[in-house]
Amino acid sequence: MTKDPILKAKNIVKYFYDPATFKALNEVSFVAYKGEFLTLMGKSGCGKSTLLYCISTMDTKYEGELVLNDKLVTGLSPNKMAQIRNEYIGFVFQFHYLLPEFTCLKNVMIPALKLNKLSHQEIEERAYQKLEILGLKDQAHKQANKLSGGQQQRVSIARALINDPAIILCDEPTGNLDSKNTQIVFDIFKQLASENGQTIIAVTHDNDFAKASDRTIEMADGKIIG
Amino acid sequence: MKKSVNIEIAYTHIITRKTATFIAAVGVAIGVGVYLFMNSLSSGFTKFSRDNTFVSNAHIKVYVKDKISSTIIPHSSKTSYIINNSQILDLSKKLYNPDQLLQTIKNQPFVINALSLVEYSVNFRRGSSELKGSAVGVDMNEYAKMFNTNKYMIAGSTNSLKENLLGVIIGQGLAKKLSLQMGDNLTISSNEGVIQVLKIVGIFRMGNPSMDEGRCFVNLSIGRQMLKTSADYVTTLYVNTVDPDKAEDYAKMLISYTDYEVENWQISSAELLSADKTRIIMMGSISLTILIVAAFGIYNILSSTINQKINDIAILKAIGFNGTDVIKIFMLEALIMGVIGTAMGLLLGAGLIGIVSNIYMGGPVGYFPIYFEFPLFLKSFILGIIIILCAGYFPAKNAANVDPVSIFRK
Ligand SMILES: Nc1ncnc2c1ncn2[C@@H]1O[C@H](COP(=O)(O)OP(=O)(O)OP(=O)(O)O)[C@@H](O)[C@H]1O
Ligand SMILES: [Mg+2]
Repeated sequence: MTKDPILKAKNIVKYFYDPATFKALNEVSFVAYKGEFLTLMGKSGCGKSTLLYCISTMDTKYEGELVLNDKLVTGLSPNKMAQIRNEYIGFVFQFHYLLPEFTCLKNVMIPALKLNKLSHQEIEERAYQKLEILGLKDQAHKQANKLSGGQQQRVSIARALINDPAIILCDEPTGNLDSKNTQIVFDIFKQLASENGQTIIAVTHDNDFAKASDRTIEMADGKIIG
Repeated sequence: MKKSVNIEIAYTHIITRKTATFIAAVGVAIGVGVYLFMNSLSSGFTKFSRDNTFVSNAHIKVYVKDKISSTIIPHSSKTSYIINNSQILDLSKKLYNPDQLLQTIKNQPFVINALSLVEYSVNFRRGSSELKGSAVGVDMNEYAKMFNTNKYMIAGSTNSLKENLLGVIIGQGLAKKLSLQMGDNLTISSNEGVIQVLKIVGIFRMGNPSMDEGRCFVNLSIGRQMLKTSADYVTTLYVNTVDPDKAEDYAKMLISYTDYEVENWQISSAELLSADKTRIIMMGSISLTILIVAAFGIYNILSSTINQKINDIAILKAIGFNGTDVIKIFMLEALIMGVIGTAMGLLLGAGLIGIVSNIYMGGPVGYFPIYFEFPLFLKSFILGIIIILCAGYFPAKNAANVDPVSIFRK
């Protein structure tokens, strides 16, 4: 397999100043490759989410450099970053999932409507497909806040996939899921990585999940330890 | 397409929060409704007082201005001066060549109507009562045509002066004060010392005390007689134009034809106009304040909407919506509330105007002077929308600045 780097983090340092100055990320450097299924592990509070927010371009207050697809992202304008997020990055959140007043289908469609590359009908078809993959086709027209936590998490995974992003970032994507659905999500990620060449970076506390991935990065106290 | 997803989100927010939307709209409606109503009221009053002005005042008057004597007069010796008290020179108020001037004025394209008359001060006497007032000697038929005087006659007609050389038409107030009735005789004396006993052939009521209690109309020839002047004597020309609001410009144009004083009605009715102005400013500022208070209501509701939706905003930003998109979404929501509220407000205002315009005031006023004025509806609508957009902008701007990471960490 050729190893094309898709994302490079170079010496990322992140401080929090409230309540006291605290170095949450300490010179974190790593490379993620195209078509790689990466997992990120470490004790609670070691800085996994913080790192994910930095590489998602949502958090811009860090030192170091972030290179996406050979382009330096650090220091771009907020609008440019929003556009990059929309097109190249899918994000699955740890706690907050969906827009409650919209149907599941609409939630999945919105990033694609925003990207505005396909017709409304094509987007709708794709959204159905993604929901079907995650076993939620029958819930498509339900309002998002009427779903169980696990269902909501799966809808948010479907939403992260809609624009076929180069990178999918997940913060404990299977945290609320039973073993069957965890397996489904795992298989989807595996498939996306190997067949579509998409890169997955997933934070997890699940050892089996991590072991089965292509590579696991271990973190402790804001540093990569292996 | 890019726009449509923002519209879709705004629309969904609005219809899933019907109560808040409705309350915001009602706030706007009250503000806009009251604004429209108060401004219609103010405009109605102004129209009424202006109509009242034109019952007896021409748009433009031409007359001889009082000349004041100079205080320093050079002496014939050329080395000394005579110092004098300044005083009104007792020059004649006669307009020279009035017919020619009248004709020139009538030929102006903006003049609809013009006539000449004599104006002078008189004393009305009956028995031992005596009242001061003024007389107008005029061709009453022409005058009535110009001022629509027949509308205000409560007894007799304007035509009767023509049939009675020694007739007089007086106001209702004067008739009451001197207990006069149609057919009674009234003694009138001029400053020139001429006394006439005239028969009352008409009584008018114009709703204006200075007219109803102090003005009488006589034939032009009687007027000239009482001033001891010749047959072509005229003191004043009255001119009505196509647009009273432009009277000042018209007056300026007429100045080039004459050396006499040309005075537009805004000058002679300055007092009235300043009262109008005061009322317009007062009502305008009160109603604008109410509208602004309503805008604060909108501001509040939008702010709280945005606080409740802060998660959604963070999610939208995470999936690639930028600050401008967020502003558009919330401004659109403000606009929707604004349009609904403003439309309701116009209906409310129209309802109030409808009710009040049906109140009968009696007397010369008749129905309450308030009207449906389209420009005011338009103005209220535009102002309502502008104020709502301003009120919506600040919360929307705050929403655009939401930092998604800080929300996701909570
Ligand atoms: N807004 C903040 N202000 C101050 N400190 C913060 C803030 N957010 C996170 N931290 C600190 O940074 C460290 C890393 O937090 P982070 O959320 O990245 O942990 P994590 O590895 O994702 O943990 P978990 O597995 O529990 O989700 C923690 O010690 C946390 O207390
Ligand atoms: Mg975390």
